Amino acid sequence: MQYLFYLFAAISIISALFVVGARSPVNSVIALIVCFLSIAGHYILLNAQFLAVVHIIVYTGAIMVLFLFVIMLLNLNKAIEPRKSLVTRVAAVSAGGLFLLTVLGAIKDGIGLAKPDHYDVGVGLVKSVGNSLFTTFLVPFELSSVLFLSAIIGAVMLGRKETTTKPMVKSGDEFAGLNQAEHMR
Amino acid sequence: MKDVITAIQAVPMEHYVVLSMILFSIGMAGVLFRRNTIIILMCLELMFNSVNLLLTAFSAHHSDPGGQVFVFFIMLVAAAEVTVGLAILVMMKRNVDSVDINQLSRLKG
Repeated sequence: MQYLFYLFAAISIISALFVVGARSPVNSVIALIVCFLSIAGHYILLNAQFLAVVHIIVYTGAIMVLFLFVIMLLNLNKAIEPRKSLVTRVAAVSAGGLFLLTVLGAIKDGIGLAKPDHYDVGVGLVKSVGNSLFTTFLVPFELSSVLFLSAIIGAVMLGRKETTTKPMVKSGDEFAGLNQAEHMR
Repeated sequence: MKDVITAIQAVPMEHYVVLSMILFSIGMAGVLFRRNTIIILMCLELMFNSVNLLLTAFSAHHSDPGGQVFVFFIMLVAAAEVTVGLAILVMMKRNVDSVDINQLSRLKG
């Protein structure tokens, strides 16, 4: 069973490297989809079945398709991307590597977790997640709908064409029109 | 029932920490490394997912459903973030005709 873990780990790391390294954005998206599918495999190995299904639906089905839509809509699939200077690239890679080294050094002697007394086998299933979602975490769950509403409104406001907003922005116009109407009268 | 527990315990917790830290570092290096805004957004998603994986691993090893609910909330927030981020990207492409992150440096005060 643990060989599956190492297989999925290798797939996710290699495809994550492809995400960063690929020249064209569409190749990055495809590599990221592979990475997300392997992470869904990790969820299944951890018996988190609800999360595995939600992860595939939300990430692979919705978010990645949204990325692909934007790339193809804006015709971004040109591989020409001005590269950062060599100093910046070396600094970026060494920042990531140093972060990794720091964390690895911190957990070198193990993280010292105490083993729990009892296991609940049904933890990752829909019933258990739904139970705690609708009892303990009910308020954040309802608040997240407000977050989604504000995200929808924000996206629509941002994505609107500029020309339609311009007449609304000039607030002095209506008074000018009012004055003109008075003048006409 | 025993099989599930032994299967979960077969992989030590440290390996999950190492794996998600590697994924997080790759995402972090990608955010600093690339100039294409859409790839920077994708690297952000990668970092979100490494944290999700770590939360799920801790939750499964401790059989505490709270961690998986947190992962669910992180997914919700990531979906909202991607929506707004891609809308900003579309507007940026429309206004300055480029998705280069350096074009946004004029936003500095």
